Amino acid sequence: MAEKPRLKLPKEAKKGDVIEIKTLMPHIMESGQRKDKDGKTIPRKIINKFTAEFNGKPVFSANLDPAIAANPYLQFSAKVEESGTFKFTWTDDDGTVISAEEKITVS
Amino acid sequence: MRQLSRRAALALGAGSAALTIVGWDEGALAAAKEAADEIAKFTGGKTAAKEKVSIELPEIAENGNTVPLALSIDAPMTADNYVSEVLVVAEGNPNPGVATFHFSPMSGKAEASTRIRLATTQNIVVVAKTSKGEFFSGQKLVKVTIGGCGG
Repeated sequence: MAEKPRLKLPKEAKKGDVIEIKTLMPHIMESGQRKDKDGKTIPRKIINKFTAEFNGKPVFSANLDPAIAANPYLQFSAKVEESGTFKFTWTDDDGTVISAEEKITVS
Repeated sequence: MRQLSRRAALALGAGSAALTIVGWDEGALAAAKEAADEIAKFTGGKTAAKEKVSIELPEIAENGNTVPLALSIDAPMTADNYVSEVLVVAEGNPNPGVATFHFSPMSGKAEASTRIRLATTQNIVVVAKTSKGEFFSGQKLVKVTIGGCGG
């Protein structure tokens, strides 16, 4: 699975601003509730954890259950006091971790 | 069928075990109980004040596969007093857990949005915990036209 996450956040902000961050990870989020045509349960496979950190410090994270819709979308805020890098990670049930980074200039 | 609050349902169960509630959906009752257990585990049995939590959800969700949810907690986000965790449960899903959000003072605001799956018409309950150990909660009913869990 080499899907690329989509990120939306400002490239620049003023010191002390609370910015809005939108993320979307293409993923089936198989709930473990569905059955295939032979009546067998399709095993669960979801993104179960999302994290966001800024310059190495935790900003926001989420533990996700199968009740999160396919292609998990998360929107949240961050207060920025300095320029730096946001790092986002998505953890799959199979242990795969997908990460993405985005820089922001704070003046 | 008359809609019973959880408290009323529990009182009925405890007060008169012999009473049969005709037409009561046992599955829904079990799911609501599981949701209540999940909340109790989160709060450590403390009562959450029914304030400060706003939940944005459609009144009617035509497609339960993807229902937009936005929540915000009206509380300070300072280094020594902030909303640290927010639990979201769906009382009528096969598994009540939806998500747990973790905030920090660097979050700036205790707000988050996502898209959720709802199997049927049900209450969504949001419980927030602050760094000082206070709990706040809110809930909202969503009518679901087509459920979003089975296949």
